[in-house]
Amino acid sequence: MSAPDVLRYPRARPYWRIAVAGFRRQATYRLAALGGLTANATFGFLKVAVLFAAVDAAGGELRGYDTALISAYIWVSQGLLGSVNLMGRSDAADRIKDGSIAVEFLRPVDVHLSAVCAEIGQAVFTLLPRGVPSVLIGVFVVGMAVPDSPWPYLLGSISVLLGIAVSAATAYLVAVVGFWLVDTRGVQVLYMVVSGFLAGLYVPIVLFPPWLLAVAEATPFPSMLMYPTDVLTGRVDGVDALVHVGAQMWWLAVVLTLGQILTRAGRRTLEVQGG
Amino acid sequence: MTGTTTMIETVGLGRDFRVRDGVRRRTVTAVENLDLRIEAGEAVGYIGANGAGKSTTIKMLTGILVPTRGEVRTCGLRPVPDRRRLVRHVGVVFGQRSQLWWDLPVGESFRILAAIHGLTRDRERARTDELVERMEMADFLATPVRQLSLGQRMRAEVAAALLHSPRLVILDEPTIGLDVLSKQRLREFLIAERREHGTTLLLTTHDMGDVERLCDRILLIDRGQLAFDGTLAALARTVGAERTLTVDLAAPTPDLVGLPDVQHRSSEAGGLRQVLAFDAETTTAARVLAAVAERAEVVDLSIGEPDVEDVVRRVYAARR
Repeated sequence: MSAPDVLRYPRARPYWRIAVAGFRRQATYRLAALGGLTANATFGFLKVAVLFAAVDAAGGELRGYDTALISAYIWVSQGLLGSVNLMGRSDAADRIKDGSIAVEFLRPVDVHLSAVCAEIGQAVFTLLPRGVPSVLIGVFVVGMAVPDSPWPYLLGSISVLLGIAVSAATAYLVAVVGFWLVDTRGVQVLYMVVSGFLAGLYVPIVLFPPWLLAVAEATPFPSMLMYPTDVLTGRVDGVDALVHVGAQMWWLAVVLTLGQILTRAGRRTLEVQGG
Repeated sequence: MTGTTTMIETVGLGRDFRVRDGVRRRTVTAVENLDLRIEAGEAVGYIGANGAGKSTTIKMLTGILVPTRGEVRTCGLRPVPDRRRLVRHVGVVFGQRSQLWWDLPVGESFRILAAIHGLTRDRERARTDELVERMEMADFLATPVRQLSLGQRMRAEVAAALLHSPRLVILDEPTIGLDVLSKQRLREFLIAERREHGTTLLLTTHDMGDVERLCDRILLIDRGQLAFDGTLAALARTVGAERTLTVDLAAPTPDLVGLPDVQHRSSEAGGLRQVLAFDAETTTAARVLAAVAERAEVVDLSIGEPDVEDVVRRVYAARR
């Protein structure tokens, strides 16, 4: 890979097309999407039971969350779960493991960026069968707070895209470990445990004790799920919302740069397995 | 691209792999001290046993693997540092790895690849039409790749690798698992492609038909080193590769030994079927058949050509 890949502005069309391919590819997995939605909704109702009780026990308001807002947190974050990769699994990991990553090196594109773009394309499609229905359950079945100005929707959309991008680019970092280790499952499971917690999947991170909140904010994980949820539900707005989006951009730059560095380092050790 | 006429050049090229052997790690040399030179327009068969280093060489030529030592230039470029420029001029087919989008229609893979290679709309259309027609793919362009037969998929793989009209085409066992008709179609396509576009071909194969019909030069690799470089005829001469004549006789016959320039290989069914071997350099099939007919009545016959495995085995045996 040539050294200034990241500096030389890549032509956008191939990456756009690769993302679109990921989008269309994902569209062929309808049954899997339905299964995922069912799981997300089930856990959503579970979280409703637990977190509604917590808010009630706190006297109707828990660190700024009332029932309507905690409901919005639950259904938006559950809806994003299909698209935001907190599992740390990726096609790139499989392709490195089985050697089919070799084929990617035969294309005149940056291997790292094209893997991330394909993942983003798939994730954006998944918003349709898993994200939208989850929010509809929240609005029509359970009831949740919805912002009444257009800004949270606009900035929230950008924030969701950034969250997807940060998670895809971070999951790639797990995959790229495969250049050194044949089996990355251990790393991936560890990642899954840590990421869900710090991303605010189980409880909003503002409910963390201050030290743990500080730990979470020093990682890219809140940028994946917590920040997009905060911005989209209108829990944070104005300058605070912009600060969230700024943090997401910062983390995207960090994990993409790391991905470039690790891909380049891993090139030397890449031993395409088999045939 | 400049008017380079040397497509591939390697000097002292080598690659080691670290393999785990229980708990210990040891180093295995897959390719050792390889000097190759392939000019533009050549069609070269790269043969050798499994594990001889063929795929490793190809991966080094195309920038997938970083060489452990030595120099390599493909289309005048350094494969690893210049990978993205190089692959604009190279098309690679790995018989056992797909470069198509598994869940999407074949035609969609072509469109994605055209975008990746930055083809203009006109060029994309002209080239796609050409490939679809030549390889008779119109019937399954809308079919998802995972539903294709192996023969259809290989045609699509080759088309995908050649969509950007590369000057150098590298095929790693392109005909593996294909039926006779599919092989034939693929070979005809490659011959036409070469004739019309002057494409340079490098292919690894275990199929003698591929070598005979497609290649004018053979490189034979043994344990990571070049063991032979020349024409197929010269190779067959060197190793004395034999053709075989299998005859079915009208009645059980004693073993047909002692025929001139012929060796008796085996007999079945009490001598009803016998296999004879002869060297194409010293006699002809017709002469052998005539000699057999003097001794027994022949009802049926078939002629076996030396196969790649056989030639490879003989070269290896001579070197051990």
